[in-house]
Amino acid sequence: MTKKLVTQAIMQCNDQGNKAFVPYIMAGDGGLQTLKKNILFLQEAGATAIEVGIPFSDPVADGDVIQQAGERALAEGITLRKIMKELASFKEEVKIPLVIMTYLNPVLSYGLQSIAADCEASGVYGLIIPDLPLEESGLLKDALKDTEVALIQLVSLTSPTERIEAIAKAAEGFIYAVTVNGITGVRSSFTEELEGHLERLKAASSVPVLAGFGISTPEHVRTLGGLADGVIVGSAIVTALHEGDYEKVRTLINASKNQLTNS
Amino acid sequence: MTTETKGRYGKFGGQFVPETLMTALQELERAYEEAQLDPTFSKELDYYLKEFVGRETPLFFAERLTKHAGGAKIYLKREDLNHTGAHKINNSLGQALLAIRMGKKKVVAETGAGQHGVATATACALLGLECVVFMGKEDIRRQELNVFRMELLGTKVVSVDKGSGTLKDAVNEALRYWVSNVEDTHYILGSALGPHPFPQIVRDFQRVIGDETRRQIVEHEGRLPNAVVACIGGGSNAIGMFHPFVDDQDVKLFGVEAAGSGISTGKHAAAIAGKQEGVLHGAYMYVLQDDDGFIQEAHSISAGLDYPAVGPEHCHLADIQRVQYDSVTDQQALEAVQLLSRVEGIIPALESAHAVYYAVQLAKEMKEDQLVVICLSGRGDKDMQTVRDALGGQSI
Repeated sequence: MTKKLVTQAIMQCNDQGNKAFVPYIMAGDGGLQTLKKNILFLQEAGATAIEVGIPFSDPVADGDVIQQAGERALAEGITLRKIMKELASFKEEVKIPLVIMTYLNPVLSYGLQSIAADCEASGVYGLIIPDLPLEESGLLKDALKDTEVALIQLVSLTSPTERIEAIAKAAEGFIYAVTVNGITGVRSSFTEELEGHLERLKAASSVPVLAGFGISTPEHVRTLGGLADGVIVGSAIVTALHEGDYEKVRTLINASKNQLTNS
Repeated sequence: MTTETKGRYGKFGGQFVPETLMTALQELERAYEEAQLDPTFSKELDYYLKEFVGRETPLFFAERLTKHAGGAKIYLKREDLNHTGAHKINNSLGQALLAIRMGKKKVVAETGAGQHGVATATACALLGLECVVFMGKEDIRRQELNVFRMELLGTKVVSVDKGSGTLKDAVNEALRYWVSNVEDTHYILGSALGPHPFPQIVRDFQRVIGDETRRQIVEHEGRLPNAVVACIGGGSNAIGMFHPFVDDQDVKLFGVEAAGSGISTGKHAAAIAGKQEGVLHGAYMYVLQDDDGFIQEAHSISAGLDYPAVGPEHCHLADIQRVQYDSVTDQQALEAVQLLSRVEGIIPALESAHAVYYAVQLAKEMKEDQLVVICLSGRGDKDMQTVRDALGGQSI
């Protein structure tokens, strides 16, 4: 299998002079019924793909905003199984690839072979597992090898060059470049070395590079989108959807459009 | 799980952490390997263990407890006599020295009962490191005085009210803090848990317990013990005690988990008894969890055993049946606190009382010429309020 569906969606977007915009949502924040509504809204608003977060009891890589959204979703009784089933129920209406972000333990509990078998039927073409680094990724890669589902790796821009290159070489779907040292959440500034780091990463990678962690304003989207092939926006989207501020979501997505690629 | 990497104990262990921590773990691994090869490092650690902590700790023949049990001779490894009152300081000092070697100026730690927090705050005060300790809101309530101790030692204690507000949530928060401050901060993990190389580092710094015990029992009795008993939360005192005996097939090893209100009630902290495998805090272990893979809260009267998993090396030792793991309830531990206090004049920590209870039952079934060693991991001063409340304020 080629695992190119997510990659193609991003490249097509770049070919049209736009940067990819991948919003993160917390599945079931506001109840299971909001999942379809939010996904269809984001699709219509121009998202390139959607990262669907699964709540977890111990989300170590997440900051306050996503933790709180996760706790709201957990209180609604949301689980990976429920989300997979719900996604499958309106798969025909979703034209952009979905990517599931979940910690490893719920996946182990679901079963590696089961999730590999169920993803495509739910319109899921990528998995992001923040606590599954390259060294441990083999167990899930094996299970996914005959599917269209990419196992998307995160890369920390402050990692040593050899590590960044090793991750870039093994990458599927896209590379999720963590633009700050830390957990998810809104930030006001990014380090100056970022530009060089992103350029080196793009040079080493055969799949698109999306920047994420801390991107919260249209200006961030333009700046970081300009340095990468697109952006992932999490906490700012989660907050806007929680507050029902759909205009803010549109403004963020629109900031990724009509950008000349500088690569 | 068939993926084989470093830091595995059979199928358990590994490095299941966010990418942003991988570089820090690899740096720690290198620094630790170098430290192990550097004789000045062990010399410095030995100096502090002797002159500051007060090692070696005695291996005490508990004559009246032996008589009470009416079977094997019972010895107590007195880790409660360490400075700060528990075995935790062995690891905190070792890792604080490691932090200095790595050029880190700050330390972050989690704590459950507060013993590891106090030990780490102490090591940081001694060595001039800045220290932040994350502690669950519920544990802060249970161990108020330990919070004050840490503050007195110059440490900043941060309350964690997320999740269940206990040890596992404090670890989550400490990990988040470490991810964000990794450049100048070392994480002193307190038990033989977490991603590689932590389980190995913690074990190595705690194995002084088993090394001393091995030498002392031979001095006392001219032979190795028949059985060694230790309590298990994450498992640091137990792994330190067991490790030097693992190759001695004639020495039976017993790990005692916290059965809380009883395994059948679901309110317990006995992850090995639960037999469910999973990933928590960077390692593949036996983990208390529900059918959807969400981590469950552990329950024990002893805050130090109140963790929903058991360190990976213990999981492996359980799997290969080298160590026998059983559990003791809150009620039984309370009985043992009273028993040891009365017959030996030693008030044990509630954690250690689990081992005491189990060892007494075990000794009863053994012959009089056989030897049992209990790892008395800590003293009970910190638990006085809890014990008094649990005994319903009754006069004893």
